[in-house]
Amino acid sequence: MKRSSLSKKDRRNLIRIIVALVLFFAIFITDKCITLGSVFSGPFAWVFPFALYLAVYLLIGYDVLWRAIRNIAHGQVFDENFLMCIATLGAFALAIYRGVTGQPIEGFDEACAVLLFYQVGEWFQSYATGRSRKSIASLMDIRPDYANVLRGEEPERVDPTEVEAGELILVNPGEKVPLDGIVERGASTLDTKALTGESLPREVNLGSEVVSGSVNLTSQLWVRVTRPFYDSTVSKILELVESASEQKSKAEHFITKFAKYYTPIVVGVAALLAVVPPLIDSDWSTWIYRALSFLVVSCPCALVISIPLSFFAGIGAASRYGILIKGSNYLEKFNSANTFVFDKTGTLTKGNFAVAKIVPEGKEQEVLRLAAIAEHGSSHPIAKSILQKYAKTPEGGYTLTNLAGAGVKAEKEGSVILCGNQKLMQDNGIAVSPMEGVGTVVYVARNGQFIGSLLIVDEIKPESREVVSALNKMGAKTVMLTGDNEAIASSVAKEIGLTGYKAGLLPQNKVEKVEKMLAAKGKKDVLCFVGDGINDAPVLMRSDVGIAMGGVGSDAAIEASDIVLMKDDLRGIPLAKRIAKKTMVIVMENIIFSIAIKVAILILTAVGFANMWLAVFGDVGVAVIAILNAMRVNGKYEK
Amino acid sequence: MKKVFQLEDLDCANCAARMERAIGKVEGVTAVSVNFLTQKLSVEADEAEFDAVMEKVVKAAKRAVPDCTIVR
Repeated sequence: MKRSSLSKKDRRNLIRIIVALVLFFAIFITDKCITLGSVFSGPFAWVFPFALYLAVYLLIGYDVLWRAIRNIAHGQVFDENFLMCIATLGAFALAIYRGVTGQPIEGFDEACAVLLFYQVGEWFQSYATGRSRKSIASLMDIRPDYANVLRGEEPERVDPTEVEAGELILVNPGEKVPLDGIVERGASTLDTKALTGESLPREVNLGSEVVSGSVNLTSQLWVRVTRPFYDSTVSKILELVESASEQKSKAEHFITKFAKYYTPIVVGVAALLAVVPPLIDSDWSTWIYRALSFLVVSCPCALVISIPLSFFAGIGAASRYGILIKGSNYLEKFNSANTFVFDKTGTLTKGNFAVAKIVPEGKEQEVLRLAAIAEHGSSHPIAKSILQKYAKTPEGGYTLTNLAGAGVKAEKEGSVILCGNQKLMQDNGIAVSPMEGVGTVVYVARNGQFIGSLLIVDEIKPESREVVSALNKMGAKTVMLTGDNEAIASSVAKEIGLTGYKAGLLPQNKVEKVEKMLAAKGKKDVLCFVGDGINDAPVLMRSDVGIAMGGVGSDAAIEASDIVLMKDDLRGIPLAKRIAKKTMVIVMENIIFSIAIKVAILILTAVGFANMWLAVFGDVGVAVIAILNAMRVNGKYEK
Repeated sequence: MKKVFQLEDLDCANCAARMERAIGKVEGVTAVSVNFLTQKLSVEADEAEFDAVMEKVVKAAKRAVPDCTIVR
C-alpha cells in the first residue's frame, strides 16, 4: 500500500485513528494493571478514568458528535452518527451512574472503544470505495484532453469538443487519438488496449479508420475527423461506463428496501427493550445497556455498500478485458443466461471467404497456382481468398478475359487456363469430377484438361467451436440464425457444435424468430442474442441480453446492446459469464452473511449473551469482511 | 432533460440511498439516481423548469445529507 494512494482526508483520519488507538490502549492497559478507578479514593474516584477515556472519545469522535447534532436539527433521527452517539454517550452515562452509586467502576473503556472501532470501520469503507473508484477512473484514462487541429499553417491545440467533422487533425506519437477519423497521411501503430483489452498494437496507414481513445505509438498521423466529439467512440464508451451503475439490479433494490426498514425496526426494538422488561424486573441498567448495544448494530451500511461495490467491481473487471456491461441488472441477468442465439455471418464466421479445400489430393499447389494466375486481376472476394491462400505473386504475362457469370480465361503462348464454375467447364466441353461441399466451388482446367477444384467457404472463427462448447458445458442452449440454405447451415452448426440452428432467414425474419423464442421460453430462462451490431440492432434490443461484437467503431451496436465486446473475440462471452457468476456468488454471500450475523448478534444481545464489543463487530467487522469479499470480484480471470 | 452532477463528501452508501429518496420526493423530478461509487447525481426534470427544480433538489439533499455538496 503506497502512502500516496490515500486521499488527503483518508490520510488525516488515519493519523487521527492511529493516535487515538495508541492512547486508548495505553490507558486501557494501565487501567487493567493498576485500575485507574482506584488511583483516587472517595465518591468521585470514577472521574479520573472517565476524564481520560472521554479525552480519547472526543479526539476520535468530535466529528461524529457534531454531525449528529446537526442532523437532529434537520430531523434525521435514524442517522447513523446520531445512533452511534446515543449508544456511546448512553454507555458513558451508565458507567457514570455505576460510579456515582458506588458500584465497581467499569464501562468507560467500552463506550470509548465502540466509537473508536466505528471510526476504524468508516475509514476502511472510505479507503475501499476510494480504491474501486480509482480502478474505474483508470478506465476513464481514455478521455483525450486536447486535439491538434490544422486550421492554418501551424497545428492549433484545442479542446476535442471544438473540432468539427471534416477537419484535419495531427496526432503525434505518444498522444491519444482525440476523435474518430480516417488516416489521410502517415502510417503508425495504435495501442487500443484501453478500449478493447487487446494487447497487440494495431497497424494503421492511409485510409485506415482510427478510433478515438487509442494511443498513437510510433509516428505522426494526419487524420480527417469523421464525427464530432459527442458522437465519437470515446464519448459513447465513457457515457456508458459512467451510467453503468444507474441500472440497478434486483439485489440492489432488495438491499435499499431492506435498509429502509431495518434501521427503524432495530431502533424501535431497542426502545422497547429499554423500557418494557425493566418495568417487570426493574433492572434498568442491564436493559438499557442491551438497548444501547442494539443501536450499535442498527446501521445497515455493510450491506448497503458491499452489494453495489461487488457489482461495480464486476463491471470494472469485465471492462479490463474489453467487455462493457451496461448495468448491474444485466450482469445479474447474464449470470442466469441459458439460451444463446448467434447471428452467423460476422459473429460465428469471419464474414469473409477463404479456401477450405482443394482437390485432388497431391495436386493442391498446382491447382492453387493456376487459379491464382487466372484470378489475380479480380477484386471479387472469392478471387481474393484464392490469392490470400496462394500467398505468393502469381506468374504474370497472361492475358485475362473475364467471362461474366462463369469465370476467367487466362492465355499465354498457347497455354489456356480456365477457372470458374461448372457451367464454364461444360461450355468448353471439359469433364469434371463434381465437388461435394457447402460453399462455392471453383473448377480449374488447363488446355482442355480438368486439373482440380477449390471449395471456398465463409471461414468459421477459430474460437467459435471452443466458445460454443464452453457454453454448452455450462448447460446453455446455443442456436444459430442464418440466411444461408439448410445444407450450409446444418454443416456449419455441426462443425461448431451448436445445439440448434434456423436456416433461410431474411433479416426481418430474425426478429420474428427471436420473438417466438422469447415467447416460448420459461419465466426464469434468459435469452441472449449475439450479433455484430450490423443490421441486427432490433434483435439486440428485443432479446433479454443483447451482446454486440466488435463494438469499436460501431455506435449502433453500442447503443442497441446491453453487453459490448469491444474486441471482436467470442471468448469474451464465457469470460463475461464467469465474471457474472463470481459477482453474483459474492453478492449472495454478502447478503446472507451480513444479515445472518446482524440478526444473530441482535438476538444474543437481547438475551444478554453478547456485549457491546460484539455489537461493534456486528457493525464494523461485518462491513469490513463484506467489503473485502466484494473486492475479490475484481481479481484476475483466465481469458 | 437529464443532468449529471458531481457530489463531494458523500461518505456512506446509506446516505446515498437516503439522499436519493429525499430527492425523489421533490416535485418536478421525474427520475433521480445517486451513485455512491462514482459520486454522481443524475437528475431528470422538465427542461423549462429545470433550474427551479434543481434549487429544491439542492435543499432536499442538504437536509437529507448535510455533509454532502452538489457541485454545480
